[in-house]
Amino acid sequence: MKPFTYEKPRTPAEAAAATARHPGAKFIAGGTNLLDLMKLEIEAPGHLIDVNGLGFDQIEATPEGGLGIGALVRNTDLAADERVRRDYAVLSRALLAGASGQLRNAATTAGNLLQRTRCPYFYDTNQPCNKRQPGTGCGAIGGVNRQHAILGSSTACIATHPSDMAVAMRVLDATIQTVRADGATRRIPIADFYRLPGDTPNVENTLQPGELITHVTLPKPVGGAHVYYKVRDRSSYAFALVSVAAIVQRDGTGRVALGGVAHMPWRIEAAEAELPQGAKAVATKLLAGAKPTEHNAFKVPLVERTLAAALLEAKG
Amino acid sequence: MKNLHEPDQMRGDFELTRREFIVAGTAAVALTALPGVGRAQPAATTSQSALPLTKVSFNVNGKLRELELDSRTTLLDALREHLHLTGTKKGCDHGQCGACTVHIGERRMNSCLTLAVMQQGASVTTIEGLGTPENLHPMQAAFVKHDGYQCGYCTSGQICSAVAMLREIKAGIPCHVTSDLTARPQLTAAEIRERMSGNLCRCGAYANIVDAITEVGGKSA
Ligand SMILES: Cc1cc2nc3c(=O)[nH]c(=O)nc-3n(C[C@H](O)[C@H](O)[C@H](O)COP(=O)(O)OP(=O)(O)OC[C@H]3O[C@@H](n4cnc5c(N)ncnc54)[C@H](O)[C@@H]3O)c2cc1C
Ligand code: SF4
Ligand code: FES
Ligand code: FES
Repeated sequence: MKPFTYEKPRTPAEAAAATARHPGAKFIAGGTNLLDLMKLEIEAPGHLIDVNGLGFDQIEATPEGGLGIGALVRNTDLAADERVRRDYAVLSRALLAGASGQLRNAATTAGNLLQRTRCPYFYDTNQPCNKRQPGTGCGAIGGVNRQHAILGSSTACIATHPSDMAVAMRVLDATIQTVRADGATRRIPIADFYRLPGDTPNVENTLQPGELITHVTLPKPVGGAHVYYKVRDRSSYAFALVSVAAIVQRDGTGRVALGGVAHMPWRIEAAEAELPQGAKAVATKLLAGAKPTEHNAFKVPLVERTLAAALLEAKG
Repeated sequence: MKNLHEPDQMRGDFELTRREFIVAGTAAVALTALPGVGRAQPAATTSQSALPLTKVSFNVNGKLRELELDSRTTLLDALREHLHLTGTKKGCDHGQCGACTVHIGERRMNSCLTLAVMQQGASVTTIEGLGTPENLHPMQAAFVKHDGYQCGYCTSGQICSAVAMLREIKAGIPCHVTSDLTARPQLTAAEIRERMSGNLCRCGAYANIVDAITEVGGKSA
């Protein structure tokens, strides 16, 4: 690990001042992704700003009838919240399908959204990787790329976003609330939060340097049957090959988003119009323009089958 | 020279580590022979020694401990190398195996993925704080009774994890295999297996571990 200095601010204003003083500083929340990467020197911030003293650890009803989730709410507590279990079950299910009990106790809402890819070439500092070191190339293209993206990838990067929670947040139309170093706040709809890799796979979202996530808000509940269906190499404690977050209403209409297939949760509203026609019709629209790699062509039929399984489960 | 306890060793960066080890050989042996002089002490590199040490105090197994640490020190290394509580094990050092599981407050956590300085003021319980050889915690006794281990390397992590996991079920926290999210979770073998999936056992003692946990969970329920 590269040396760093450490501070734990008590207020968002202090945190903002700290980011202004230390360009290149990083926030640390649960630490379960950042420390992992710092040990490998994939991340090497010169200064760490511990956000665990800032509060933001409550889940509160919003005036609009939704839920405001503090950035520091632990994954365990979010999954177990009674309102989430009742009204946003897809979110509980996605959280519980990820990581382990120990990790969920430490992992936070903001940290989960911002966790970095699990591409093995990103993790191996002997390999070229445009995400880790822009301009060095992509080891996964032409390499072992079974876990990689089939949608929205570029000639620079074919990585996937590993978060299960983010897929549920996408299908729930969550909004990310932030405060910038200059104190200005903003709300970013999750549809505008993540970026495709393009030529700059190192830029993964629309946050600015030093911008702190304070809350993630959910709109008022939409009802329906909530399903998170995750396909992975073993039945627990593994990242998704393909996952489906679905909310299906009695009349067969609804929403779906895919995980494990792109650099961001993959949702195409036009595909959702096909939901009453069944999984095949939806999958065809979702997979338009799919570009599987040498080793992951299996993900294309797997998307349709996972969708079919999720829709069946939604019927109860 | 890099710190010998950095995960390089585990990543196959063997050439370097071995050379460092030979260079540092005599010194390292001399140092480790002295109780109280941990090998994970900082100041091994020039950049390291430029950084001031950070004071941190937390409660470990009911005792207040005060340390001055390189800010990079994980809670796991603080426990093992600085406080010499070597019951907590380092398996992967990356959150993947659960060998380093301890309780922070009431909750199980991977001590390899948190910094000691982040735990200022926290209460940490390690396997040494759960029970003693003369006065075993019921979970420790059940692991002995059911043969819940072979080599024992994962065992302290399994036991710490299991004790806190039963509290999670009691508190009504659901898991991936809980069929009805709105109902109270039950203590079934499937629930135990899923909830313990963050603790790997290379020896494959899983069946006996489930038996041990079932017995303790059944008694306390
Ligand atoms: C073995 C293992 C298995 C896993 N399996 C899964 C899985 O199956 N599914 C899954 O979804 N995840 C999985 N994970 C990943 C896990 O969910 C993430 O590590 C965790 O959610 C990150 O949260 P954290 O609070 O620990 O983040 P940290 O590590 O503290 O931070 C992550 C990033 O977020 C930034 N950050 C944190 N808080 C803020 C804030 N408030 N504002 C701005 N930036 C912030 C940090 O600077 C950092 O860049 C796994 C992890 C491990 C180690
Ligand atoms: S797929 Fe992306 S993350 Fe993986 S090696 Fe290529 S550039 Fe790096
Ligand atoms: S040593 Fe911490 S999880 Fe393996
Ligand atoms: S008893 Fe040997 S690893 Fe579990």
